[in-house]
Amino acid sequence: MPETEEYVARIDGTCGKEEDVIVTFKYDKKDEATRKILSKAKTEKSIARIVFELTFKNVSFRLYGSGKAIFRGLRNKEELNTILAELLS
Amino acid sequence: MLDPHKIREDFPILKRTVNSNPLIYFDNAATSQKPRQVIDAVKSFYENCNANVHRAVHTLSQEASELYEKAHEEVTEFISADGMEEIVFVRGTTEAINLVAYSWGLQNLRKGDEVLVSMMEHHSNIVPWEMLSKFKQFTVKYAELNGDGSLNYESLGKSLSKNTKIVCLAHVSNVTGAINDIKKIAQMAHDNGALILVDGAQSVPHLPVNVKDLDIDFLAFSGHKMLAPTGIGVLYGKRALLESMEPFHGGGEMIREVIFDQKTKRCKITWNTLPWKFEAGTPHISGGIGLMEAVRYLRHVGMESVKKHEEMLTKYAMSCMQECCKKIRIYGPDASSAKCGIIPFGIEGASSHDVALFLDNYGIMVRSGFHCAQPLHASMKLSSSARASFYIYNTREEVDRFTEVLREIEQF
Repeated sequence: MPETEEYVARIDGTCGKEEDVIVTFKYDKKDEATRKILSKAKTEKSIARIVFELTFKNVSFRLYGSGKAIFRGLRNKEELNTILAELLS
Repeated sequence: MLDPHKIREDFPILKRTVNSNPLIYFDNAATSQKPRQVIDAVKSFYENCNANVHRAVHTLSQEASELYEKAHEEVTEFISADGMEEIVFVRGTTEAINLVAYSWGLQNLRKGDEVLVSMMEHHSNIVPWEMLSKFKQFTVKYAELNGDGSLNYESLGKSLSKNTKIVCLAHVSNVTGAINDIKKIAQMAHDNGALILVDGAQSVPHLPVNVKDLDIDFLAFSGHKMLAPTGIGVLYGKRALLESMEPFHGGGEMIREVIFDQKTKRCKITWNTLPWKFEAGTPHISGGIGLMEAVRYLRHVGMESVKKHEEMLTKYAMSCMQECCKKIRIYGPDASSAKCGIIPFGIEGASSHDVALFLDNYGIMVRSGFHCAQPLHASMKLSSSARASFYIYNTREEVDRFTEVLREIEQF
């Protein structure tokens, strides 16, 4: 998906029972990606504007100022790709 | 007592920033940073005497061979082995354990035999034995842990039987930092007629380790966790054991002769002397030289000082962490003296990865997940853990900053 490729540097599954997914945005695109995501997802909570607890289409995730996001409870990779494409379009 | 502020001057990477914050590196159990002396030694090798070892009569090869052999001698003295014949350079702890499994294990283990490990082991001290057991039909037994993740010696004793051929244990847990009494365990193993293999990945960089005093049969450790480059590590083995073992890898360097027999139309092969019998192919020469420099650096600092510094830092950090945040849970033994520079922890309401990502925002590097020790996490009923681990260049000021940031995570 072009939006994902433009903004995302890496997608990694985490080690641990939680099976979270960490998305790292490209360094020079992270601020733009953050702006787009914050404009589309609902902010549930924010800590010192460093961490944003967000929801988008019933999926909850945390977005960090360093340009990383952690997604929980996703069904599969396709669901993540679809969400990222919508958030970053 | 060592001066971490002075030591920090030797580590170029500690001057950088991450996310506009000074780097605080608390992931030393995964790998350590490298001092200028090690970086320069590797650079100097490539700039001045790069050549293959043990292969040529020319000057460069002789200089390279001399340095590479000297590196074995330096490690020999560092762990008080009897001679460099007992020091095999490998890629790291994992390869060292695989070497023992596939060389000693393939020759000596059979159906009915038992290999005794524990629930606290890193996967590298579990997987090779489980893999080999599929071919050789022996049993892998697991000694249990206490609630705090420390080794249950009663369970270990009960798990030993006349069928136990080798006990394979970590000296220090890579998750909880718990220190095992290797001298006592070696005695238990030997009284039972078994050998002992010690995973020293988390002990050799942090404590004085004397293989003779501990009466260890095999000791495996990695260079990259003790200031040396990646891709170089050590298997120590008692000379008689190494002599009795078949090589693990075959190729150049590890043979004395390969003679083609005209009658049988096959090659007759005799092995090289120790330790080269186990170092097939061109070795990681620059890595070995880097390891030599790292060992020299640590010997200069003094391993007792390293141990004391980390014990002080662990005690200080545990107390600060408990005070700073009500939601924090520190796992592993309570007493800092029973631990070795490693603090696993969790924060209610946040996954270990959330904690690590939050700290990363402030330039603080910690590990999160299973740390390649899933059975230990299952035994302690943990879904994962965050882990702060210290080394000689970490300071109390860094711990203060770390706990200050942890306080903010409480808002999760």
